[in-house]
Amino acid sequence: MTMADAIGRFVGDGDTIVIEGFTHLISFAAGHEIIRQKRRDLVACRLTPDLVYDQMIGAGCVRRLVFSWAGNPGAGPLYALRRAIEEGVPHPIEIEEYSHYGMVARLTAGASRLPFFPLRDYAGSDLPMVNPRIQQIECPFTGEWLAAVPALNPDTAIVHVQRADLNGNAQIWGLMGVQKEAAFASKHVIVVAEEIVDEAVIRADPNRTLIPGFIVSAVVHEPFGCHPSYAQGFYDRDNDFYIAWREISKDRAKFEAYLDEWVYGVANRAEYAEKQLDRWRSLRASERWCEPVNYGY
Amino acid sequence: MTYSTNEIMVTASSRLLADGEVTFVGIGLPNLACNLARRLHAPNLVLIYESGAVGATPERLPISIGDPALVTDSLSVCSMYDIFCNYLQGGRIDVGFLQGAQIDRYGNINTTVVGEYATPKVRLPGSGGACEIAILAKKVLVMAPQSRRSFPEKVDFVTSPGFLDGQGRREAFGMPGGGPSAVITNLGCYEFVEGEMTLVSLHPGCTVEDVRANIGWDVRVAATLAETPAPTDEELRIIREELDPQHLYI
Repeated sequence: MTMADAIGRFVGDGDTIVIEGFTHLISFAAGHEIIRQKRRDLVACRLTPDLVYDQMIGAGCVRRLVFSWAGNPGAGPLYALRRAIEEGVPHPIEIEEYSHYGMVARLTAGASRLPFFPLRDYAGSDLPMVNPRIQQIECPFTGEWLAAVPALNPDTAIVHVQRADLNGNAQIWGLMGVQKEAAFASKHVIVVAEEIVDEAVIRADPNRTLIPGFIVSAVVHEPFGCHPSYAQGFYDRDNDFYIAWREISKDRAKFEAYLDEWVYGVANRAEYAEKQLDRWRSLRASERWCEPVNYGY
Repeated sequence: MTYSTNEIMVTASSRLLADGEVTFVGIGLPNLACNLARRLHAPNLVLIYESGAVGATPERLPISIGDPALVTDSLSVCSMYDIFCNYLQGGRIDVGFLQGAQIDRYGNINTTVVGEYATPKVRLPGSGGACEIAILAKKVLVMAPQSRRSFPEKVDFVTSPGFLDGQGRREAFGMPGGGPSAVITNLGCYEFVEGEMTLVSLHPGCTVEDVRANIGWDVRVAATLAETPAPTDEELRIIREELDPQHLYI
């Protein structure tokens, strides 16, 4: 399926979505397609909104942001998000914030279809005072007080992986973040892959499979689909772009010009990649292979 | 050799890490402190990054907490559920590093908002993993440059609890971790006495007057005040040539 088809079918106005990937494997290709299709009123969930949600928020796609750390990692604030919070530009945005563990716990409860998740957290913090969804419960066994956060069950999870087969059996290596929980918590799962491989390749190394195909709704082949995020073993994080984003996002006109050139100005990810082949080449990963293991018996 | 304030913050923090400790590392200065300790007196320090890298040995300076260099040659890469549930809440983290826009008299840290939450003067990034690190790590080290604004008597918002409003409050809340054990600033080092931040050493050339001019309350000063040892030539060489050759943080 193309990214346009997948977003068209599985991301609707007003939906709750999660594009996961902690620094690693963030599907910018999906975020850009959501902007191109002018989705509105999304409830956008992610531990770290990162540049991809900054772009979607600045483009007017997001009604509510559910998150735990909102910055440009290593490079400052997310200015489009700040404009939405502080000035209501392009429109006001609701925020619902947790800590990382709180977001991980919400998706874990969602994945296992439990109503909430208990955790030893938030005591003495002001976060529960500004987020009524962070509650306290008494343990029925020990009587101690614990924090509790509600399950998060998005309509759609979008997860980029290094390789998948056509059925969506998906393998990841390197940082795994909270992708497995996000996928299992959601009604629909879009798997986006750097490489489409034969099912035999997946079956030859089953320990690496993070998401089984039978919970996946759509598979999209999208090389360079994470840029400026990265895919371990394929291409490095484009740290220069993350730093450059500081100046782009700070200025509303530069922000709009960026979207015009790199999002609205291209039909799809392939065109986006084609426009910057030199950069793609310069980010190509070095080789660090591991020893094969024997799955025989 | 002359050195910057960031460099002495890194070396002073590095010396607080003992060999074999399991350390939750932040990006920037904490990352430099941990990797410096690992190259010198603490070769068995275990570096854990909230992104999922355990026993990381980064060959280049990580710009983000999820840098691919944290994965290459690490001991283990695990999910964030594992990191927060099994490692941190499971009591496996000896030292957590925190930074913050504001830290107060009792070691409470604010990384959420300056001003009111609903109408912030400045919206900051939020907790990330800091809230749970502050509650669950056996001890917490804080690195922060100090000024009257960044060291107020009481923070605008408690993102990550220290000793709340004094001694015994963590125990009352049932927090498993020990709370902040040291604060390292551009002027000196602090420890916590009865839950209150107490100046214990001054960096060379800094005075108690400098400290008082850059802190928002009448700060406690230890009876015997030490001088923070200056960075050695070897420490500076490692920081400048190996850890941060582009001088991004120093």
